[in-house]
Amino acid sequence: MLPPDSIELADLAARWRSAYVHIPFCRRRCPYCDFAVVAPGDANTANLPELRDSYLAALHAEIDMEPEWEPLDAVNFGGGTPSSVGAEALGGLIDHLDSRFGLAAGAEVSIEVNPEDVTEEMADALVARRVNRVSIGVQSFDDDVLETLGRAHSSEQAAAAVAICQSRFVTGIDVIFGSAGESLASWRSTVERAVELHPHHLSTYALTVETGTELWRQVRAGGKAPDSDDLADKYELAQELAVAADLVQYEVSNYARPGNTCRYNLATWGQGEYLGFGLGGHGHRDSVRRRNVRSVAAYVAACEAGARPEAGSAVTDDPEMERLVLGVRRMCGVDLGNREAAADSHPGLERLAAAGVIEIARGRLRVLRPLLTDDVAATVLSLSP
Amino acid sequence: MNDAARIRNFCIIAHIDHGKSTLADRLLEATGAVDARDMRAQLLDTMDLERERGITIKANSVSIRYTPPGGEEHLLNLIDTPGHVDFSYEVSRSLAACEGALLLVDASQGIEAQTLANAYMAIESGLEVIPVINKIDLPAADPERVADELVGILGGTAEEILTVSAKTGHGVTELLDAIVDRFPPPEGDPGAPTRALVFDSYYDTYRGVVCHVRVVDGDLETNADIRFMATGLTATADEIGMHLPADTPVKKLHCGETGYLITGIKEIDLIRVGDSVTAAKGGADIALEGYSEPKPMVYSGLFPTDGDDFERLRDALDKLRLNDSSLMYRAETSRALGFGFRAGFLGLLHMEIVRERLEREYDLDLVATAPSVEYEATTADGNMVRVSSPQDLPDRAVLESVAEPFVKVMIITPSDYVGTVMELVQNKRGEMGDMTYLSPTRVELHYNMPLAEIVFDFFDQLKSRTKGYASLDYEPGPYRESDLVRVDILLNSLAVDAFSTIVHRDKAYQYGRQMASRLRELIPRQLFDVPIQAAIGGRIIARETIKAKRKDVTAKCYGGDITRKRKLLEKQKEGKKRMKMVGAVEVPQEAFISALRIDD
Repeated sequence: MLPPDSIELADLAARWRSAYVHIPFCRRRCPYCDFAVVAPGDANTANLPELRDSYLAALHAEIDMEPEWEPLDAVNFGGGTPSSVGAEALGGLIDHLDSRFGLAAGAEVSIEVNPEDVTEEMADALVARRVNRVSIGVQSFDDDVLETLGRAHSSEQAAAAVAICQSRFVTGIDVIFGSAGESLASWRSTVERAVELHPHHLSTYALTVETGTELWRQVRAGGKAPDSDDLADKYELAQELAVAADLVQYEVSNYARPGNTCRYNLATWGQGEYLGFGLGGHGHRDSVRRRNVRSVAAYVAACEAGARPEAGSAVTDDPEMERLVLGVRRMCGVDLGNREAAADSHPGLERLAAAGVIEIARGRLRVLRPLLTDDVAATVLSLSP
Repeated sequence: MNDAARIRNFCIIAHIDHGKSTLADRLLEATGAVDARDMRAQLLDTMDLERERGITIKANSVSIRYTPPGGEEHLLNLIDTPGHVDFSYEVSRSLAACEGALLLVDASQGIEAQTLANAYMAIESGLEVIPVINKIDLPAADPERVADELVGILGGTAEEILTVSAKTGHGVTELLDAIVDRFPPPEGDPGAPTRALVFDSYYDTYRGVVCHVRVVDGDLETNADIRFMATGLTATADEIGMHLPADTPVKKLHCGETGYLITGIKEIDLIRVGDSVTAAKGGADIALEGYSEPKPMVYSGLFPTDGDDFERLRDALDKLRLNDSSLMYRAETSRALGFGFRAGFLGLLHMEIVRERLEREYDLDLVATAPSVEYEATTADGNMVRVSSPQDLPDRAVLESVAEPFVKVMIITPSDYVGTVMELVQNKRGEMGDMTYLSPTRVELHYNMPLAEIVFDFFDQLKSRTKGYASLDYEPGPYRESDLVRVDILLNSLAVDAFSTIVHRDKAYQYGRQMASRLRELIPRQLFDVPIQAAIGGRIIARETIKAKRKDVTAKCYGGDITRKRKLLEKQKEGKKRMKMVGAVEVPQEAFISALRIDD
């Protein structure tokens, strides 16, 4: 079993092939979320069951439009709320992906779930349809914070959902820190509670104000924006508690036990290739990065017409540079490749090394203070081959 | 037409926006000097900037032929003058070329300080002054009140005051007649050796330096060998002509006439406003009075944002100077800002105009340091050093005393604001002089004030505290010793020369604190704590700390959207490129610009 933060695992992950499938439907729109979401009250949602059906049909059509490929090492259903379409529909999509591309032996098939949707029956149904991994959107174990975040579940529901999933899946807990009114003590008890539940995987995400979200409107109207120092305190606290609970950090926001890293995540930062299906999906194949439209009507219409629902695509102009700026997010660091000479005695990198932010050894750059990863990545961008 | 009795040389004295250029346009139109179809609003203001800002920077002149009813044709030479205090020397030279001045005052606003100062200058120069109230068509016009005020200031009677609307043309004919009737013709000796006053000059790419001249004695003939009396330079009068308003060559400019002179000289430096032209051989012995060298009042460092633009900045300054001999500059090196220039200007407006022209006409991005005046520092061994850049102030150990330029300030304000103006001036180390009521509602105040205080933000504050009603004029006074210190700003223990400034000891603490806290906001957090200190000599008077940056990372990336992530990082990289390294601290260019901005 390779350690989550090992170079060997990261190198392996870079060669994995994944598929991301986006299910946009949600019961409500969380104030901080800027993913492509369809919630009641949106345009064209008068008949939601019908929209759901035509969306699923469009997804199947899009899968058929993708040229054949090697077997998939990972399939990840994200959203939105993937469970909203039911285990049957998800199973149908898994089967379709299998028949079109194949699923490699031991492939990761994961799904994001909301705690309030998790029942024994539902979990069993997902197991039956080959789902072997879940990320539970716990967000917090503090009910006040959950309310601020606009979540529909309680902390008790979250704990119950984790318990149900633990015995059936590789189970990940996702938590968010930095919302208004969340104290350091509240965050501490959220992380403590999370690690006490012994998840296989833990993701700790800093609350981010994304343009156009409800949160963004609140902040623009004078509401409290997440404070950078508060976020740093909470990030470091989570690091400390997770490591103490034998979870290994392998990426800026992710911790896992050996064997339980998220393949899709590690592959993304390893410049791996992935197919992106569904509304707002992003794909990366043969050095082309493409993105899908974000309007559900446009998406369905394109797929129905037999056209790819693409909003745009770009050929990666400097793949080596891309590999570097993505790779620095992993704890195992990144091989400097053709930038090794330029990195030697680069003033910006020297300053970062002097401040203990990075370490360069044996041609490999490693970020020692992941909270400053973007500073490192932006500096790396100025390295010429 | 060579009879001096039928020539009138006059100028218009007016405040910005009181309608001088519009009136000049109207006079040209009324006399047929310009066809209506050639009319371009404000013909005399030739620079784009002049037209946009409604100000006149360069003196200009135009000759108009006018025949009063039942009379003979006259030649009216209108000499346009700059209206701003920065250019008062140019104004004085323009006035010296005239016998009369129209004092143009807005019918709703009344007379302003600079206009009044120029009017006094005209009277002192022996000019006949005709008060003219303009904009009488405006609803807010109150010509009776303004007339009372003018009578109070100038004496005379309300009947002598003309009312016009330059916009509608009302009263323009009466004004032309008054110019003929009331302004005296030029007096000069046609038989004496030639003396012509250079009252302005400009550089023309094709023709070289073009001088505006007024022939005072004798005459000026094409192809004559001439001599500039102050500089001793000799040349040939290649072309002589009149502005009608198009340049029209003539064989001769007679005694009393104005026009232009082209000599083939290419360097504007060699021809000085205020100089006298005479014959190269057997010319006059005594030059016309009043010539002086241009003297900068305000200094500022100009640095290209991009260090690679240094040579382009040098070229641009060289080109601007072709047309503006009052612009002075020398290369200066700043540890913080790299290579640039220390430039001297006639005043704040002049400085602003130069900066704006450099940025606009030469497409340069500049960092300008806080404006400063020229100090006289005396060292223990009795030597006097002129200090126009704070870094040049001698060390405290050897510094005996520092003197600073004072100016005589005149402020005209509505009487309601007298209290607030007095408070402001006291705060700026001003000493009260006379106070005169121009009318029951308007007051003229006189002060002695350090020029440095005016240069800082005085004018903006005066305007904002009087809702824009007060106006200001000043003239240089003598230097005076003051308790002045240099405040240095240290970033991570390293003095940043661009932020050093010389201030009165009483203001040092305030300046230091303000600059330190401003910089704390403007400089992004670094990888380590960065102390910002303000210091006098070795003594720290204010301190702030930029706490080390702790978080600079995004939590995740939207559904595999690497392209967006990459774009954000590219932006961050570009931001890093715009940073100037000051020691180990990355300082954005914008921080220099914003910290040194004096208007907020």
